This record gives sequence, C-alpha cells and structure tokens, in this order.
Amino acid sequence: MAADKIQDPSRSVGVVTPQVARFAAPLALRCGASLRDYELVYETYGTLNADRSNAVLVCHALNASHHVAGHYADDPANTGWWDNMIGPGKPLDTRRFFVIGVNNIGGCHGSTGPLSINPDTGRVWGGEFPVVTVEDWVDAQARLADHLGIQQFAAVMGGSLGAMQALAWSARYPQRLRHSIVIACAPNLSAQNIAFNEVARQAIITDPDFNDGNYRALNTAPKRGLRVARMVGHITYLSDDEMANKFGRQLKNGKPGYTFDTEFQIESYLRHQGNKFADYFDANTYLRITKALDYFDPALEHGGDLAKALQSVVAGMLVVSFTTDWRFSPERSREIVHALIKNRAPVTYAEIDAPHGHDAFLLDDARYHRLVAAYFERVHGEIAR
Amino acid sequence: MNGPLGNQRPDFAVIAEWIPQRARVLDLGCGDGTLLKYLQQTRGVTGYGIEIDDGNVLECVKNGVHVIQSNLERGLADFDNGSFDFVVLSQTLQAMRNTEHIVREMLRVGRSGIVTFPNFGYWKNRLNVLRGHMPVSENLPFEWFDTPNIHLCTVADFEKFCGERGIRIVARTLLTNGQPVTSLPNLLGELAVYQFGG
Repeated sequence: MAADKIQDPSRSVGVVTPQVARFAAPLALRCGASLRDYELVYETYGTLNADRSNAVLVCHALNASHHVAGHYADDPANTGWWDNMIGPGKPLDTRRFFVIGVNNIGGCHGSTGPLSINPDTGRVWGGEFPVVTVEDWVDAQARLADHLGIQQFAAVMGGSLGAMQALAWSARYPQRLRHSIVIACAPNLSAQNIAFNEVARQAIITDPDFNDGNYRALNTAPKRGLRVARMVGHITYLSDDEMANKFGRQLKNGKPGYTFDTEFQIESYLRHQGNKFADYFDANTYLRITKALDYFDPALEHGGDLAKALQSVVAGMLVVSFTTDWRFSPERSREIVHALIKNRAPVTYAEIDAPHGHDAFLLDDARYHRLVAAYFERVHGEIAR
Repeated sequence: MNGPLGNQRPDFAVIAEWIPQRARVLDLGCGDGTLLKYLQQTRGVTGYGIEIDDGNVLECVKNGVHVIQSNLERGLADFDNGSFDFVVLSQTLQAMRNTEHIVREMLRVGRSGIVTFPNFGYWKNRLNVLRGHMPVSENLPFEWFDTPNIHLCTVADFEKFCGERGIRIVARTLLTNGQPVTSLPNLLGELAVYQFGG
C-alpha cells in the first residue's frame, strides 16, 4: 500500500528503534493450540505520562508491521507505514500521546511467527505455525500493555484488519481503552472478500516451492504464488476510478506488441508491487493473516447479532469509512454503527468522500486527517482533565 | 440573544426549554452540534446528531457531539422504535424531499418530535409575494433559484398537515426577531417551533 511520503523532519518522530518483549506464560489460541512462549516486536513514539493515561495502540493491517512512524538510523528510507498520521503536529500527535506499534503474532517482522523456531522441535515453525485470529492478536497486545504498565489505553486505533483489532479490543477488554478508532472496517468479511483471499492463498499453496509451508528448510520460497497473491490483493485496495485515473489503458510502449510481456501500465504496476512484496514478506504469514481476516466475525458467537457481540463496549467509538472503498464498503461500517447505536454506545461516524478505495485510510486526505485530529483533540481533553 | 446558543438560532432556546434533564435526544440535521452540545452541558442529555456535511461533522467532533454522518432522506433505519425521548428537526423540514416520511420516522423512533421552520405566512413574506417576488430574509436567505427549501409552508399548513394525520401538537411557539409572538401567529410569527406526539 503506497502511503504518501511527504517528509518534513520537524513533523517526524525521527529515528526509531524496535524493541522486543518476551512472554513466558503460554498464549492460548482460538484454534485450540497454544504458544508456549513468544516474543512481540514493538516500537513506541512520544512519552508515557506520569499517570500512564496517554497511550495509544496502533494495530496493523495485512502487510504492515510495528514500524508505524519514523525511520531507522541505518535505513532512512524505511519510513513507518502510517507516518502521515503519527508524529509531532500530526493527527495522532506524539507530543501528547505515547504511541505503540506492535507486530502481531504470526507476523514476519520479528514477532513470533512462522519464521521463528518452534521450541518443541528446535526447527523453524514454517507450515506448522498455528492459525491465528484477531482475538489472539488482541490478547497478545493486552499482555504487551501489561508489560508496559498500561492499564487503560487512551485509544486503540487501526484501519482495515487493524480496525478489526480495535473493534475486538472494545468488546473484549472494554475497561482497558477509553476510545476505539475503527477505520475502513467491516464486522466480518463478505463471501466476495473471502473469495479474493482464497485466490491469494491458492496461488501460494499451489506454488511448487511451497512444500507444505516448510520451504525455509529447503532454502526456497513460493515467491511466484506470493506475487500473484499480492497482485490480487492490490486490485481490491484501489477503486475502479482510481485505477482508471492512474493507469487507464496506457501502454508502456505506446502501441500493442501482441505479446504476454507487461504492456499495459496496470500490468507493470501490479507486477512491480508483487515483486516488491514477494521479496520481503513471508508466504506463511500471508496465509495466516488472510485467515485471520476470514474468521473475524464477532457476531457469530451471538447468533449473528452484532449488537449483542458489542454489548460490552463502553469506549467512545469513532467509525470512519470511505465512499469508494468497495472492499470494506461504507455499508459495512454502518452495520457496526447500527449495532453500537442499538446499544446506545457513544459512537461518531464519518463517511469520507475519497476517490482512492480501501487504500484511502493510509493516504493523506485533508478531511480525513482533520477529523482524526479533532477526535484526538477530544481524547486529549479527557485525559488532561 | 447571545450566549452559548449563539445569536443566530433563536429556535434553539425554545427547544432547550422543552427538553428535560437526562432526556435522550436525536438531532436531525444537527449542523455543527451547537444545540446538542448545549443540551449535553445544561441538561445532561445523551444521544446523537445526524449530519450530512463534512464541515459540520468535523465541528460536531470538535464540539464533543456524537454525530452520525448520514443523509436524512435515507430515513432513520439505524434507529429503533421509541429509542429517543425527543427527535429534533430544526430548520430542515422545508428542505426535505419526503416531508411526511421524515415526520413519521421522527414519531417512530421518538416519543415526541420537535420541528422548527420559517413561517411562509409571516406578513413580510406575504408582502414580498404581493409585490411580486419570492421572499429573501434572514430566515429565508436564499434566492428562488438556489434555495434548498422545496417544501415551504405556513403555520396553518403545518397544523392542517398534522391534523389530517392524527399528529397531536403538544406545544407551539412563534418567534419574530427572537421574541415570542402572542397573537396572530400565522401573520406575525417569522419562525415556528412545534412539539408534537403520535
């Protein structure tokens, strides 16, 4: 996902350093398995105040990580994935808030996942790593909060799959957050969403280099599959209009070559995105994260009644959707809002008229950012009181 | 009238008088949230505002009002029957495409409805029409060609509308220059404020 990377050093959190928290108590997972011990990699920006009330947890979506803002000393080009949102003077202002980004369990950016060593076998987990869920992630994040001495977050925030975590937080640990900021979310995936994920997974699983997920031991990786998976995903993040604006029917060489090389600009773009992704992302992680998306359905345990599933919510809720997001459409956000209204929960809902599709949540849209900034102003007013 | 309600919305003061402590209020077309903010601060009310405009939604957030960005013409499907004590529609009725539908929706989700609208029967408006022109005033600030007001009515029209539909008018206040009008409301009242029930 291509965030706008306008660099203004005075508005950046600057050089950041990832940290590692190690947890010895087992983490029971939804699938029935349990992680005996595990590590979470995280970054923090800003300063935790004396009464520990200004912490904001930022949950990541499909391909992102704990590296939410700033850059690394040894890799200045590696800017955090939500750097336009988080920093001094930005909507989530690090002069006021202590912001935490964490790589989820099952990830491939340092937290315990398929690339880690399975302590029971002494070998890389690979395809043996259990299937994880949004709720598992939230449970692990709650332990990180314990570790950091944070009893209650000022807010938990996320977009897309990250928003599902923010929503799960509000129902699962209602007392542990004052606000939940749920951007470009859905209360569960539609059949169409699951279908796209399944195409992506099949691309990976049927890659001859996949080897039941144990490709690392053979020094290979199902890169072809991962590439296709990313291409499919990318199509769903953009709106039809945005794709037409960016690429249209443009040909790289100006005229058709009647070959199967990349000719249309959109082909070239998708291949580029696919290649880039396949070089840094782990296929086993991709499989698990798409499964976490598919399984997320808080209403399921409540007979399909989302209001019941969200009955425990006491946090202030900000729900934001984007008009051209067809992957997680405004109607899906409205389902969440409807359930919260039914429960008489304090909810604010904004529908941003943005042309960029699902990706809009990562982009620098003035109306969107002003709204989030105003909301955080309100949160700050509460904790400063 | 100055103070926390601002000086441009005299109808808000009347509405606020009618709303008791800790009522549940839904404000349709809530603008920047001024009324709800005032009611929250002075009456401890809870509830939501509905607003379509981006700028107003932002102001609502700044005002600490729980706002739902939505088009009122879609109806109030997000809200359950009888879930509010009051549903307020201030200075918006005349701009609604489906007037009857929204009034019925107000009485479905609320126990009482409150509407305010510019009285087209106000003598200055009548005079304008007599002189051959559509009225343009503080309460009707638009020219005929750019007005959102597609369903203007008089006090007499509104009461006939309610009467024919079994809608019970509970209270009525007419305002001119922010002051209540006691006689000849349909002629001397510029801004109408009604409370009604089913």
